[in-house]
Amino acid sequence: MVAEIGPSNIETAFILEALGKGLRVDGRGIYDYRALRILCGPAPGMVEVQLGQTRVLARVTCEVTRPSADRPTEGTVQFSSELGTLAAPNLDRSVAQEVAIARMIERVIRQSRAVDTEALCIMAGEQVWAVRVDLHFLDHCGNLVDAACIAAVAALRHFRRPDVTVDGDRAVIHDPRERNPVPLSIHHTPVCVSFAFMGAQGELVVVDPEVREEMVQQAAFTVTMNAHKEVCALNKAGGVALDPAMIHRCTQIATTKAAEIIDMIDAALKAAAAASSN
Amino acid sequence: MSRQELLSPEGLRVDGRRPNELRRISCRASVLSSADGSSYYEQGNTKVLVAVYGPREPRMRNPSLSTELAQINVEFNVAPFSTSERRRRSKGDKRLLEVAAFVRQTFEGAVQRSVYQRSQIDIYIHLLQNDGGTLEACVNAATLALVDAGISMVDYVCACTAGFVEETPVLDLCGVEEAAVETPDLTVAVMPRNGSIALLQMESRLHVSKLNDVMDLAIEGCKHIHRKLDHAVLAAANDLAEKLSH
Repeated sequence: MVAEIGPSNIETAFILEALGKGLRVDGRGIYDYRALRILCGPAPGMVEVQLGQTRVLARVTCEVTRPSADRPTEGTVQFSSELGTLAAPNLDRSVAQEVAIARMIERVIRQSRAVDTEALCIMAGEQVWAVRVDLHFLDHCGNLVDAACIAAVAALRHFRRPDVTVDGDRAVIHDPRERNPVPLSIHHTPVCVSFAFMGAQGELVVVDPEVREEMVQQAAFTVTMNAHKEVCALNKAGGVALDPAMIHRCTQIATTKAAEIIDMIDAALKAAAAASSN
Repeated sequence: MSRQELLSPEGLRVDGRRPNELRRISCRASVLSSADGSSYYEQGNTKVLVAVYGPREPRMRNPSLSTELAQINVEFNVAPFSTSERRRRSKGDKRLLEVAAFVRQTFEGAVQRSVYQRSQIDIYIHLLQNDGGTLEACVNAATLALVDAGISMVDYVCACTAGFVEETPVLDLCGVEEAAVETPDLTVAVMPRNGSIALLQMESRLHVSKLNDVMDLAIEGCKHIHRKLDHAVLAAANDLAEKLSH
């Protein structure tokens, strides 16, 4: 496998100089997202997100398990991600990056309590639903975190679990062909907005970095927000230290961007629901 | 579990502090003789021990990693007796790997890596008692240990947590406050000289209008912690100077 040699000095200088004039290498404005397409797959819980050239597939499945001893009335939501050579043949494959993205999405959705885990309980202490979200990265062209988050959240909202009736101390799980499966109980829709900072002190900021901008970046920052203007997660680790004023500015920008993306997710899910009922 | 009152009507928290009070901090550098640099850091009931080895020859020569900058390797171990219930964590536990990754990324920006080419700096962190604020304690203790080891850094890195309880920003969350489901938990690490942010982590929901207050409070806390770390460094240096002058 050919090892990835980073961008050449000329490429780096070109990217930085263009940014100094407010132009990005793919012609976008500094605060513009790439074209976002959300395709809700044939199966419930299967969503593919295309953010520019970056493609992520999320698949939600569920099964019945015993709950853990310290939380007998709550179900679980688990995330796993696969970043293989299909997505990035030249990138030095590191397990750490896969784990980091899965952990990020997991923190965003679990810690902000987006999915109601108590509604996943069938019989307290005996049976609960364990929901599993698998993220498959099909093409890595920058900003995997945002695409993965949109895919995971849309897939969770698109998913339908089998209906359950509890009869005394017996739980009957209905086949999807007998009774219509029910959606999961989702409180809110968190969406990640990622920023990349370039230049020696990280003064040049862009939204939704593309792969070349990611290789040149000095620092990265992700804000996760929902439709109620609540910040669900902040994540800035490593790279150049940033000014607090810059962080505030990014949070403000993220508020508008997150609202736009959530509207697009709502529209895509509505279209999918209309198509499937026809 | 009954809902505990995290903020009493008089404005006192579960451990008797006011909302903008830090826990008691005590720290010492040079506690281990075999390590190049070490520190023992206590913040309230959270206790962390850090050993730094380096710069030394890298053990695994990975040809794809650049040799122009030093490699920083962080290992985070949690003692089984650190929580109220004894629990062994496996080495590959995702949470441990995540904390280690955050600490590594924070110091990759603070240590002047170009000074130590073709070398590796190892930071071994042991959490001896966990009462909230583990990431902040790890970052502060690691800063002290790196300074003790004489590793060249741009500035101190001081971390502090802050949360939001019942419409009040509170500083330095303890274990009970962190475990409470509704409390947003913000950890910020700052380089005190120019006030720039090296690490920023937040979990749970917080309305965007309240974010500024919570972050400003945490940055204030970092400045206090910087003074404590500075005292510890001076104390260790004075100690050494006394021994050398005899």
